[in-house]
Amino acid sequence: MNWNWFYRMGSPRWFYETTSRWLPWLGALTFILLVGGLVWGLAFAPQDAKQGNSFRIIYLHVPASFLALAGYFLMAAAGAIGLIWKMKLSYMVMKCAAPLGAVLTFLALFTGAVWGKPTWGSYWVWDARVTSMLILLFLYLGVLALQYAFNSKDVGNKASAILALVGTVNIPIIYKSVDWWFTLHQPATITFTQAPSMHPAMFQPLLVMILGFYCFYAVALILSVRVEILARERKTSWVRERVKQAAQNSLGATL
Amino acid sequence: MISNTGFWAFLRRDLLLINRRRGEVASPLIFFIMAATFVPLGTTPDAELLKDIAPGIIWVMALLATLLSAESLFASDYHDGSLEQMLISPQLLVMPVLGKVTAHWLTTGLPLTLVSPFLGLLLSLPAAGYLPMMAGLAVGTGCLSLLAALGAALTVSLQKGGLLLTLIVMPLYMPVIIFGSATAQYSIQGLAWSGPLAILGAMLALAIALCPVAIANVLRLTTIN
Amino acid sequence: MVAEPSLLSVKDLCFERDDTQVIDSVCLDLSDGELLQIEGPNGSGKTTLLRLLTSALTPTRGNIYYQGRTLSDCRFEYLSELLFLGHQSAVKVTLSAEENLSWMTGRSRTCEELLSALDSVELTGYSDVPCYRLSAGQQRRVALAQLLISNAKLWILDEPFAALDSQGVSLVEQCMQKHLDGGGSVVLSTHQPVSIKAVRRYSLMDQSIREQFNNDL
Repeated sequence: MNWNWFYRMGSPRWFYETTSRWLPWLGALTFILLVGGLVWGLAFAPQDAKQGNSFRIIYLHVPASFLALAGYFLMAAAGAIGLIWKMKLSYMVMKCAAPLGAVLTFLALFTGAVWGKPTWGSYWVWDARVTSMLILLFLYLGVLALQYAFNSKDVGNKASAILALVGTVNIPIIYKSVDWWFTLHQPATITFTQAPSMHPAMFQPLLVMILGFYCFYAVALILSVRVEILARERKTSWVRERVKQAAQNSLGATL
Repeated sequence: MISNTGFWAFLRRDLLLINRRRGEVASPLIFFIMAATFVPLGTTPDAELLKDIAPGIIWVMALLATLLSAESLFASDYHDGSLEQMLISPQLLVMPVLGKVTAHWLTTGLPLTLVSPFLGLLLSLPAAGYLPMMAGLAVGTGCLSLLAALGAALTVSLQKGGLLLTLIVMPLYMPVIIFGSATAQYSIQGLAWSGPLAILGAMLALAIALCPVAIANVLRLTTIN
Repeated sequence: MVAEPSLLSVKDLCFERDDTQVIDSVCLDLSDGELLQIEGPNGSGKTTLLRLLTSALTPTRGNIYYQGRTLSDCRFEYLSELLFLGHQSAVKVTLSAEENLSWMTGRSRTCEELLSALDSVELTGYSDVPCYRLSAGQQRRVALAQLLISNAKLWILDEPFAALDSQGVSLVEQCMQKHLDGGGSVVLSTHQPVSIKAVRRYSLMDQSIREQFNNDL
């Protein structure tokens, strides 16, 4: 089997040039999905019978939680590819996915707290899913801290890739044990609204928002990887040429 | 005369080294007892309240004590060049690593388990809780040592690795602490405590299988760069 | 006639760290009974090259051959025949000189062998003293005592003369000469000239090899 395509994908230049072509389309799609989903969800979807308008925060909370977890696996997968095939580009992806995932996890926790106050009467509840999310944030912070602790970038990349992989082995165990711990201590006063029982009119905008968040994640990741590429490859001729071109263009625009 | 490769050689050597510096064994133990005494002082001396949280406190303190002592696991070997010699030994690195972690457990996890009844007394742990707590600690601290060693390997070359080690290992400790303190709590509530203990055992088996391989690979990366 | 493959042969060895080329296309050959001195100013990659040779570091590109086979094919054999001495001596300060030496040499040595080796490096009477009481030079001598009783075929020594007085230096040189005469090989990095009969000097700066003979020895 011909593996050339795989190694070509590992070339930062190839990545940069391909994404240059795609990025405007993906950005437009993200914009349409997010704005459309938000307007639909916040203004047109029906009110929840029990929670009133406060439930509408799920249009941010649920997609952010999805991406926070998916982002961790993507980060670990990128790290694994880097360790196995020694591909620089995949380390860059891993490096950029870590802060992005941490921010999304924080967003999920924050929106959860805001939602929790009117629903459960408190900003913080030791619910299984909330607790798991908090631990996910800790895992992200650990990977980030380790990444920047080393003098050598290469060692930082590899060490945090290994830690991310160890975290991946642990995540199912952590989720299961937190779940089990929660059933052991479950206070009887809290009840949950389950997602599948949602009315389709509420669920459809949520689906649009989830898709929009996935696209947004892709755009944000690609943008930060591109910055990383420019910074790391700044001495190569193709980057210099591009920078010269961009400088000329902006000069032309101001004149 | 001793051979310089393999599990037993490194276990014996590390025990000998620790034996020459016994103070290092005592510090985590004293920390374990001292820190736990602070909890009633900071909350309440009420035995009724304390007995509910006693297993949890003892487990959190055991966790912290293990982390405190973990930094020194590879540090002296790193600084005097022994770790580099381990890397170029013809034998696999996994066995020496396992030997060193076992020595660490024998000098922290095991003593912590043995003094834990004393803490149980201080925190008014009900009589039914002692045996399950010790059994849980004996198995669980094995997991703690293995995971702490992974963190120690990752941070061995860093100037101030100790705090970072704590930061990256703590989230991984979550399942151990949940099932560890549940073992004691189950028996206090009159339930069968073999379930959580068995899960702790399963986690230990998994950690023994995976951690030494991971640690060996990490050491190859962080010792020399 | 097929030529006998040399003991250690390095082909086009490259090592990259953080996007900078630390070792750039090094080619070397080392035969039985030869001494190779790696030269270069500070930061030219001497230690990195030696660590690549010990297989502690993995090269980015290129290969190392031991008796004609790549290192990955004969890792166990190669490392069993290798003695490496780094900047740090791997001496445990809480152990005594004899305990340290016994651990380093690995295979079972008699107490007399160990003691006579310690005698030769002028540590007579220090065998039972914990090493934290010894000076830096004396601790280095404990590690160097390995050279007297080692069976290894290939010695890789990183700055072996560091922290040694002139007597210690000539002792190490004698050990090396004896090892070379017995068919062993040595790779070492040092700044000072080495008093050995035949020295091949490899410079990391211009990648040249120079032969040097000290006939007066």
